[in-house]
Order: sequence, then C-alpha cells, then structure tokens
Amino acid sequence: MEERILVLDGAMGTMIQRHDLEEYDFRKGAFENHKKPLKGNNDLLSITRPEIIKEIHKAYFDAGADIVETNTFSGTSIAQSDYDLEHAVYDINYQSAIIAKEVAAQYKDKPRFVAGSIGPTNRTASISPDVNDPGFRAITFDELKTAYKAQVEALIKGGVDLLLVETVFDTLNAKAALFAIQEVFNEMNNELPIMVSGTITDQSGRTLTGQTTEAFLISLSHMPLLSIGLNCALGAHMMRPYLQILNKIAPFAVSAHPNAGLPNAFGGYDESPEQMAAQIKEFLDEGLMNIIGGCCGTTPEHIQEISTLVKNYKPRKY
Amino acid sequence: MAQTTLMLSGLEPLIVTSESNFINIGERTNVTGSRAFLRLIQSGDYESAIAVALEQVNGGAQIIDVNMDEGMIDGKEAMVTFLNLIAAEPDIARVPVMIDSSKWEIIEAGLKCIQGKGIVNSISLKEGEAAFVSQAKTVKSYGAAVIVMAFDENGQADSFERRIEICKRSYDILTEIVGFNKQDIIFDPNIFPVATGMEEHNSNALDFFRATKWIKENLDGAHVSGGVSNVSFSFRGNTKVREAMHSAFLYHAIEHGMDMGIVNPSMLEIYSDIEPKLLEYVEDVLLNRKAEATEKLLEYAETVKGSGKKKTIDLSWRKQEVNQRLAHALIKGIVEFIEEDVEECRQNHERPIQVIEGPLMDGMNVVGDLFGSGKMFLPQVVKSARVMKKAVAYLLPFIEAEKGGKIESSGKILLATVKGDVHDIGKNIVGVVLGCNNYEIIDLGVMVSAEKIIAKAKEEQVDIIGLSGLITPSLDEMVHVAQELEKAKLSYPLLIGGATTSRVHTAVKIDEHYSNGQAVHVLDASRSVTVAEQLMGKKKKAFIDEVKIDYAKVRTQHEKHLKAKQLISINVARENRAILKFNSETIAKPNRLGTEIIDGISISTLLPFIDWTPFFQTWELYGRYPNILDDSIVGAEAQKLFIDAKQMLQKIEKENWISAKGVVGIFAANSVGDDIEIYSDVNRTKTLYTQRTLRQQTKKAQSQANFALADFIAPKESGTIDYIGAFAVTSGIGINPHIEKFETDHDDYNAILLKALADRLAEAFAEYLHFEVRSRIWGYAASEKLSNEDLIKEKYRGIRPAPGYPACPDHTEKIGLFELLDVTKNTEISLTESLAMTPTASVSGWYFAHPNAKYFGLGKVNEGQIRDVAARKNEDYESIRRWYSSILV
Repeated sequence: MEERILVLDGAMGTMIQRHDLEEYDFRKGAFENHKKPLKGNNDLLSITRPEIIKEIHKAYFDAGADIVETNTFSGTSIAQSDYDLEHAVYDINYQSAIIAKEVAAQYKDKPRFVAGSIGPTNRTASISPDVNDPGFRAITFDELKTAYKAQVEALIKGGVDLLLVETVFDTLNAKAALFAIQEVFNEMNNELPIMVSGTITDQSGRTLTGQTTEAFLISLSHMPLLSIGLNCALGAHMMRPYLQILNKIAPFAVSAHPNAGLPNAFGGYDESPEQMAAQIKEFLDEGLMNIIGGCCGTTPEHIQEISTLVKNYKPRKY
Repeated sequence: MAQTTLMLSGLEPLIVTSESNFINIGERTNVTGSRAFLRLIQSGDYESAIAVALEQVNGGAQIIDVNMDEGMIDGKEAMVTFLNLIAAEPDIARVPVMIDSSKWEIIEAGLKCIQGKGIVNSISLKEGEAAFVSQAKTVKSYGAAVIVMAFDENGQADSFERRIEICKRSYDILTEIVGFNKQDIIFDPNIFPVATGMEEHNSNALDFFRATKWIKENLDGAHVSGGVSNVSFSFRGNTKVREAMHSAFLYHAIEHGMDMGIVNPSMLEIYSDIEPKLLEYVEDVLLNRKAEATEKLLEYAETVKGSGKKKTIDLSWRKQEVNQRLAHALIKGIVEFIEEDVEECRQNHERPIQVIEGPLMDGMNVVGDLFGSGKMFLPQVVKSARVMKKAVAYLLPFIEAEKGGKIESSGKILLATVKGDVHDIGKNIVGVVLGCNNYEIIDLGVMVSAEKIIAKAKEEQVDIIGLSGLITPSLDEMVHVAQELEKAKLSYPLLIGGATTSRVHTAVKIDEHYSNGQAVHVLDASRSVTVAEQLMGKKKKAFIDEVKIDYAKVRTQHEKHLKAKQLISINVARENRAILKFNSETIAKPNRLGTEIIDGISISTLLPFIDWTPFFQTWELYGRYPNILDDSIVGAEAQKLFIDAKQMLQKIEKENWISAKGVVGIFAANSVGDDIEIYSDVNRTKTLYTQRTLRQQTKKAQSQANFALADFIAPKESGTIDYIGAFAVTSGIGINPHIEKFETDHDDYNAILLKALADRLAEAFAEYLHFEVRSRIWGYAASEKLSNEDLIKEKYRGIRPAPGYPACPDHTEKIGLFELLDVTKNTEISLTESLAMTPTASVSGWYFAHPNAKYFGLGKVNEGQIRDVAARKNEDYESIRRWYSSILV
C-alpha cells in the first residue's frame, strides 16, 4: 500500500440489475418454500445463483480491482428480518465469502483481496424514527453488536481478507460494528485489517445523523483502522472537499468509492467511466487517496478506467 | 499531528491542543451538583432538563457533563433517556458528552448512546489494578477518552506525592498494558476544599497545582481536569468569595497546565476584576502563603455577605444579658469572653451542668439552624465548636467537684466513612462538634467495611453509630451496613450523614432494612448534637417513636409518588389478592347478631380514648403527645392549648353542651370476589347489602398482596360463614348553638377549639365502641387490656376502616352502611349531598375481626376497576366516576 493506490471494485446492485432476475432466482434451491417474497434480497443470490455473483467478481478483477467486496451488504439479522430470514445470516455471509475467495484464487498476476462488506443495517441507533418521541430508538447498541458479531464471524470463517464497514450513516451503528469486530477478533484470536467508509449525505458535509466529516473520523479513530473513507450518496466531484478533510487529519489510509454521479430522474446513474475518471484524477493530483473504487451506478468499465488511471500516481502518505 | 492532541467529538469536533484555551465543561446537567436539575429528572420533566443542557452549550460549555447518580432515581435509565433525548437536539449534540458516574453500569449504558467520542468520568485504581484494566479496555472499545481519578486501593490522593504516584502508576498501566492512546488520558488530581478551618486542608489547592504541573511535564500526552467548585465548598452561600476563589484557582491551575474543568461559567469572576484585597486573601489561601490566611478570608467573607458593609469591631453585644452573650459568642465563634460569661452564668444556675444543657446548647442549636440554612459556613461551625469546647472545659472541674469524681462522657459514638468512600470532611466536623459536647468519639476513618464497623461497635460498646459518605454508591453501602446490623440482631441507633444522603433515602432505603434499630438522617454536623442527645438516656424511646412515625409517613408519600405510575390491571391485582386462613380460630362467632343503639355515653367515659396528637396537629403544632408538651420550640404553646382544651372539656361535660350517640351492628357475611355480601342471618336467607370493596392496583414487591377489604372476609365458596360489623357514631349533637355563640362573639379561638375537641371526641367514641365490640358485643377479645397508648397504636385484633379513608376511599359505601344500620333515624347523623356526615364530629365504618386484617392505603386505581365497580353496582360508569376522581390515575 505504500507503493501504489489500491483499487476497490464497483457496484454490485447495478450489475445484478443487468440480469433481470425474477422471484425464482432468489429462491432457487434454498428458499423455495419461504413465505415472504424474496425478490430484491440480493445477498441471497450468493446461495441461489452463485454463478452470477462470481461472474460479477470476476468482471471487477478483470477490470483491475485489487479488492472485491462480498455480496453481503444486507447480511445482518437486522436487515434480513425484513424477509424473515434471520436464520440465513450465517449462510449468506459464509457462502458469499467462499465464492469471492474462489474467484480471487484464480488470479496469479497480483495479490487479489476479498473484503467482507458490512452494511449499516436499515435502522439507526442515534436517532428516533418517531418525530413525536425523540428519545425512542428502533435499535440499540447491544442489538446491533449482536447482529454484527454473527455477520463478522461468518465472513471470517468464509475466509475474507479484510473487513469493510461501509455506508456509515450513523456513527453509533459503526461503533457497534467495530465493538463486535473486536469481540470476534478476541474470541477467534485472529485479526484482520478493517476499512471504514462513511456516507456524507449532501453538501451540508454531514452524515445522516448530523456529524461532520471530522467528527466522524474522530469518533472512529480508537481502532487501528487500515483506512477511513467515504462512499455512496455523492459523486466523486461533490465528495472532494470531505476527502480533503480526511486527507488532512486521518492517521489511517484514505479511501473513496463514490457513486457514478447523482441519480437521475429514473434512479439510474449517468456518469460515464471517462467522466468519473476525470473527477477522480483531481483527487489523485492532490494526492488525497490510498484506496479508490466505485459505489452505486459504477461498473467494471468505470473500474477499468480508474485502475488504468491510478497506475500513474503515488499513494497518499500518512 | 501533535502527540498532545486530544480529539473529541459530538456532531462536531473538539480538538484540545497545548495551545487551546481552557476547555469549559458544563456542570449543570449533573444531579449531584444541581438540585434544580435533580428535581427535573426526578419529576420526569426531561423537556426542561434538555433546556438546561441547551442553555449550558449556548452559554459556552464546550463539553457537557451528565451525571445521574442519585440514590432515589434509576440512574441508568435516566442516563440513557437523557442522552437519547439530547442526541435529537443538534444544538446540544454538537458538543461532546462527558458521562459522569461512579457506577460502572451507568457509564457503560451511557457509552452505548453516544455516536461521538466522549469522555468517561471516571475510572481509578480504587478497586485495584484488574478492575482498572478491564474498565479501561472497555472504554477504549467504545472509543471514548477517560478521566482517571487520583485514587488507589489506599484511598484518594491528598498530598502532592500521593497524587503523582497514583497518576504515574495509572498512566503506565494505561499506556503499557491497556494500550490506551495517551492523549485520551485525562487526570483528575482531586480538587479539595481549602479554608475549611482544618490545618491539613491548607495545602489542598497548592498540591493540586503542583501535581498538575508534574503530570504535564512527566506524563507525555496526558491532560488534566477537575471539578473547580469544590475548592470553595467552605463558602457556599457567599457568591462573591466563591466566584473570586474559582477565578483565582483557575488562573493558577491553568498556569500550571490544567486543560479543562467542570465549571459553572456564571460562578466566575473575571480574574482581573477581583477586588485586590479579596484577591490577596484568596491567593494567600490557595497558595497557602500565610498561616492566618483562612482566618483573614473568613473575616473578609463576613464583610461581603449581606449588606456588604465593612465591619468594625463592635462590642455592643457585651451589653446584652449573659445568655444572649453566650449565644452570640457561639454563633460568632468568639472565645475572648467565654470564660467570664460562663462563670457568670454558672453562678445563676443551681448546677454547672445546667449551663451546658441550657444556654450553651441553645446557642449551638442556633448555630445548627444557621448552618443548615446556608447562613453559616463550615469553618465558622468549627469555630463555634471550639468556643463550646472551651466553655465545657471551664465547667468541667465544677461538674466533677460536684460529683466528687470525674465527669462521665455523654455517650460513646462510633464514626466512619463507609466502604468505597473517602470523603471525610463532614465526618470530621461531626467528630469535632460531638467531641465538644462531651461525647467520646471513636473515629474509624474512611473506607470502613460493615464488618469492621460492627466489630468495633460491639467491642467498644458504643451508644450510637454514625455513617458518613459523599458519593452516591455510599448510599448503597449504608443500606448494606444497616442490613448487616439487622442480620447481627443489633440495634444501635444509626446516624446517617453526608451530602448525598437525605431524609427520604434514609427512611425509604436504609431504615426499611433496620427494624431492630433506628436509622436517623442528620442534616448537618451541628444537628448531630441535638440528635445524639435525644438518642441517649430517657428521651430515646420517645424520640425514636417520633422518627418512626415520621419515616413511615415519608415512605408512604414516596410510595404514593413512585407507584402512581405503575398500576397493574384489576384482574392481575385480583390474582394477587391476600389469602387469609378462615377457620374457627380466625372467625369469631359474635355473641349476638343485629344492631344496637348506643346512647347516653358521658364525656368522661370517652376521655381516656382521646388521641391528642392529631389535636395539636390541627393547630399546626407538630410533635407527638405527650412529648410535645416539653418540646423546646412548641412546648410552651402546646401546654397553653392543652390547658384550655381540658377546661373546655369540663365545661362541655358539666353544662351538657353536646351529646353522643351511636349505632352498631354485627352481621353474617361472605366475600364474593371483591364484594362483601351482608346477610340477614347465618343461613344467608336474605342479602341485606352488598359492599363493593376496592382493590389496590399498585405493583407490589414479591410476597406482598394487592389488598381489598373483601380479602378479610371468608369467601362464600368456602362454605364457611363469616361476620362483619358496621358502626356510626357522633359526638356533635347539639354543638351548633355553642359554636355560633363563639363566632358571634368573634371568639374564633374557642370556636375552633370546640370543633376540634368534638372531632377528637367522635374519634374517641369510635375507639371506645370498637373496644365495646371486641370485648362485649362481638366479644372475641373479652379479656383485652390495653393502655390508651396501645389503643392509639391499634395494638388490638381487628380493624375499623371508614369509608372515605385510605383503605376504602369510596364515599358511596356510606349510603349502604347508613341504610343497613338505619343510621339517620338511630343517631341523628345524616349524609349531605356530597356524602359528608353532619354533624361533622361523626365517624362511621366497618369492623373486620380477622386477626390478620390490617389497615392499608388503597392508593391509585385505574378506570378499569371503576368501570368494574360500576358494573357490579349496576350503575353507569360516567355517572359514578366523579366519586372516584381523587383515586383515579
């Protein structure tokens, strides 16, 4: 990492959408008699249609990614409870790790890594979903910790090389994730590098729960992270000022995986690989980055552009 | 980035570097420091509590300290609720939170609520290295910085050497074993009060300054904080001096490297604006520059309180009579003339001891009152105690000469600061004050375990045990001591004192566990003498009785307050009804059934049954009869009143002002659910009346039932017939013309006196009739012999609850009772529209004879039960609701 900028993969969801999958694809084999509709629960595809997921990983590795993320963004019991699939958490994470590692093992040209993706869940520990009851919490630190522990354990058992706590919109959720990770490390007597990536929701420069970029960094600096960064919500251009802040004060590597611009009226992303690469070039010119990839709307074509681009740059020193 | 940077965050960052200005930590969201905030939390007024936090942040607090350590609230719940609520207020949540508690579980609960990087306040080596390491590791996992108190297994650091020794050791453990970021370590090297009047406190501030400097120079990266207002504790009430002390303290502390502190910004004078003279005195004290520094500052403090005028030496008080001079000398702490005044006084008294018991104690009581109301400061009390000591010392030879031997001590008192607590200023003051009053003091010091206290108390055969503590966990420890005493079947009176202690906590939590003895809360040091005196010798029993009654009241009120919110449904309450045994032993077959009219009762028959205590209460004279007649404050007034009452009673009897009449009935009965069916005979031929009783709905502790009066009557389904009695008495017949006569004469005093006496006579009548019922009419206690005092304490079998009173607040039950006994025809008592009885001097109620029948307070009930009652009565809920409004939640 001291020598070069690492490339992270791009969007998983965007790629899955290209396959026009039906309800049956999400049930195949494992969940055929499940009572709730499962279409859209992308994490299940690692079990029901593993060849599709492997193909996506392969496409990103082919595009030059050093790290791909497991298909486990919603792999906590909290997120899966919407589908009554809390019991599938272990399989989702374990299988997703296994297949990603399988693909990575096929590459011998340079080290290829698998990061266990740990999403934010769909509940926040810091704010109340009920305007009339600001003291209420839909989820507690302890509940989050328990859910994260189960996910992290399965990911590690599946063989991931590192962990990526991403799309952090509530820092308290992320603190619970880090707490859980540490407990699992202690219990398994095994430590992996940890990446954390937050989400600045708009140009206020704050997370959903109101923290500034700087406060976000300070709140999570108690762990010896591999990297801290930003992802989602914003395109590369709009993310830049906040990456500048991280560059200035972060004692860890700095990462970014921006969206392909902002969503258009139909929820799609329009930024072409070239447009995105041009913006990312600005980061690189300023020497802000250690790890870079893509989030919503990005494709292997985007990652291809980025991986070609970064070859000309030295990583940020920290 | 510099190694010395402490980075904290709320929604926004707070970065503390060596160049930063002093960081101001808001202290008002702290229940131990702010009574106002405590009241808000206790009453659940979180909206206002949030406003306090907002005000602080707007007022410049850069971190807010949140502390919910109070024995009477659920600290963990309050901490979580409050932190969650302020998280929703961006203007507050922007600053980091300091989670302040001496309870680890509260700290951890708080850590789970903050998304930013806060500070834990505090951890220490108090409980040893293992606990310290484990807590530090957890704090680190939650991503918080930490305040480390200069405190170890041997206690709190109170010297420069101890401070640096403990801080160094803590630092090494944190950095080497725990792997704590060194810039996240903040030391609190203990800010203690100065100018307390005790020599060993003189270097408290200076030691703090020196320790701060040492830490900053030797413990790389670490920061220093502290609670500033502590330093001026001796001057509470004197804002001007305190403000100056805080500013001067901060000025020097910051010079020495203090980074942050818990400060009330409104209690700060600008350093350069402090009056030069005051500043000089304050700094003399803080820096311990002169031996007489405390004395000088005290003198100055005198001049700036009240009118603020400079004081010249005024000897005009010497012209007063001797008792007033003694009081003056005690209050002002003047020893100069004490011996000549005591000598003069001694010659006026028959015995030298009377000088102590009389004028000197009177003076000390005034001191106690002034201190209690914040009008005197700690060192002044100590000075008063010195004057007292001197006076006593002067008298001792005379007392001994009189006895022909040496004086005996007033009593032996063991004092201890309880386990886990090291604060002993208050305890030491108590020791001094009691010592001055001729008590032998056995001081066990600080952090004393229950075992040690008990062992020593037995070994020394003490008369009283005094427990002290400042921090909240000490409250639990005091409870523990009480439990241990109880277990050991010991009965030493237990004095409870210290800043966090309270009468309510003592009554509700401590005394509750100490049925063998008595726990007494002592508000402050100067009051310890009066309390100790009353716990010695012949006054002891009366005093304890008084305290017991008072504490029982406190408990009931507290319970009322607490349980109001926790009602269980009527069905659940019914499942938890009281199960009594009904057999030939517990069901007493009455000598006869049916009603009997009681007429021609003379006043003199009722006199022995009068309970005088409520009579005095009517006149706002509080205290228990007969002790009230000797009470130092109200005694004289009570005696006058008592004489007038006796005279009027004679007149009432001689001139036949009023006549008494009553009716009583005993009936066969059974309970059916919460109802009591009252029958014409033992074969249940006809149901005369069905009484609807109400059931307690408050959530009960395990093994305690939800009572209803119906529980005291055998259930119909048991097949066993049971009995119930009913009565109505009045002693107010013919009273009106006399009252009107007094009122026309504008003699309100006698009008009220007559009414109050009539009320007492009615109650006495009820008590008399109950006695008649037990011994003759029902006859289950034919041989009962009880003193009047025992009657008042209701030490007999059976109860006589009255509709409208706590056990059956349902006034509508009077209607049925009146029909059952044909009360109006038989006694001339009638019911008003609002179901009050006229004459007012009347009592009606039920008799329950089961040996386990007892009085209980119904407490609050919910709509469910009243709807249920309405259905049972075949009434419409809306139309009967109003009768229950006072008990409905």
